[in-house]
Amino acid sequence: MTIDELTQTTGEWLRGEGASSDVVLSSRIRLARNLADHPFLSSACESDRTEIYRHLLDQIGQAEPSAHDIIFDMNEIDPIDREILVERHLISRQHAGGEGARGVTVTPSETRALMINEEDHLRIQGLRSGLQLEDIWEDVSAVDDAISSRVAFAFDRQLGYLTACPTNVGTGIRVSVMLHLPGLKYANEIERMARAARDMRLAVRGLHGEGTDAVGDLYQISNQTTLGKSEATIIETFSHQIIPKIVDYERQARHTLAKRRTAKLDDKIWRAFGLLANARRMSGEETQTLLSPIRMGIHLGRFDRFGIDKLNELFLFSQPAHLQKLHGQAVDGEERAILRADFLRKRLGTA
Amino acid sequence: MSILCQICKDAKATVHITDTIPEKRERHLCEECAEREGVIIKSHQTTNEILQQFIKQKMNLAAGEGVECSCGLTFREFQARGQLGCPECYRTLGPLLMPLIERAHEGATHHVGKVPVTTDDTVRRQAGLVRLRRELQDAIDQENYERAASVRDEIRSLESQ
Repeated sequence: MTIDELTQTTGEWLRGEGASSDVVLSSRIRLARNLADHPFLSSACESDRTEIYRHLLDQIGQAEPSAHDIIFDMNEIDPIDREILVERHLISRQHAGGEGARGVTVTPSETRALMINEEDHLRIQGLRSGLQLEDIWEDVSAVDDAISSRVAFAFDRQLGYLTACPTNVGTGIRVSVMLHLPGLKYANEIERMARAARDMRLAVRGLHGEGTDAVGDLYQISNQTTLGKSEATIIETFSHQIIPKIVDYERQARHTLAKRRTAKLDDKIWRAFGLLANARRMSGEETQTLLSPIRMGIHLGRFDRFGIDKLNELFLFSQPAHLQKLHGQAVDGEERAILRADFLRKRLGTA
Repeated sequence: MSILCQICKDAKATVHITDTIPEKRERHLCEECAEREGVIIKSHQTTNEILQQFIKQKMNLAAGEGVECSCGLTFREFQARGQLGCPECYRTLGPLLMPLIERAHEGATHHVGKVPVTTDDTVRRQAGLVRLRRELQDAIDQENYERAASVRDEIRSLESQ
């Protein structure tokens, strides 16, 4: 399977299915693992890196043959294809922009991606749309076991899994949930939510992870503590306490908006549609900002021009790398804005 | 005229908030105070930056002087880049690392959760290989072939266990 085949679909995280998918876009679990008998990457020389890469790729293939369906060697694919993988949430931006021997294996369903030689030797990631943390954990943990029966991971009885950065030591787990919170945003309640989350030692970030703003009212909530709490405890807290509470607040905020400020809400939704369907130049950020009220409008039954599948398709393919892939060649920012507006009008039937 | 921050009354207020709950009120704060109040999240600071800031602020710089792991990483280098050199670093730099680990993990000092499928013995054996391979490289670099041969034998015997 190639990147071109991958881009025939909208992938997993924008499938629009799973529990609470009106608010929860996607769930993700990542485990950080390192080989016991090799230096961490920041101290590894090029030959170490190559050896780690080959060894892990080989062992993953034997432990989990299905993981070998798609392998992307970061040094063999071109920059746009690396960006495609970032936009599909299969690899981190850091991995795309890194150096040396590194790669990723992806399942055709895009529900699992194993990054080799990112910050740690191995990062096992599971990804699903909606709130599906338990299912992801079952899958990720099974893959972890299969690989760890073949290779010795760096592990210490007291400290657990040893990671390149001490902030990940212990379980090495990062649970994160992507939420769409336009209701809380308009009600000015985001800061309160973020403060409550931080009191629980959770990180709140924008769509693209660390160091990004919350474009399109998308927020990512993840755990920061990895030592002293079991994976099951962390997942349980997310699935049954934190996320349902936020989902509840968000739904209430949306219904209040729909009930008390109907005209204003409808105006916001339909104006956004008007712009998307008619603009001649459109930035990626503006597209995501405009798709936000429409996404909410669809779930509230106040927008009927198209459904959530189409919205997710517009969302994914209006991103720079996907747009260039559709176009068949690389184009710069200004030209891309025109290309994006053309793409949107075509898909919305107004071209 | 620019408004001064209501809290520190020093910096220019750049964050303006209108609270509606519990009552309607306006607040004008500078970015720093707003962040401290939990009103805004500084989104451009990554975990690594926060970590490095913490390392610089809180750790006793003098205490780490001269401490080096068998992989070659000094505590100073760790302070500069926030990344450890090898799994053994957790042991060799342990006393210096523990305050940081505790602080990063809400005071926790012990792992709770999964353990690898492979046994502890395997892990210990593999960890020993890191050290031995480095020794082998050193011996070769120094053209000490007698030493290199004996280290190679040690590696072989560990690998065949």
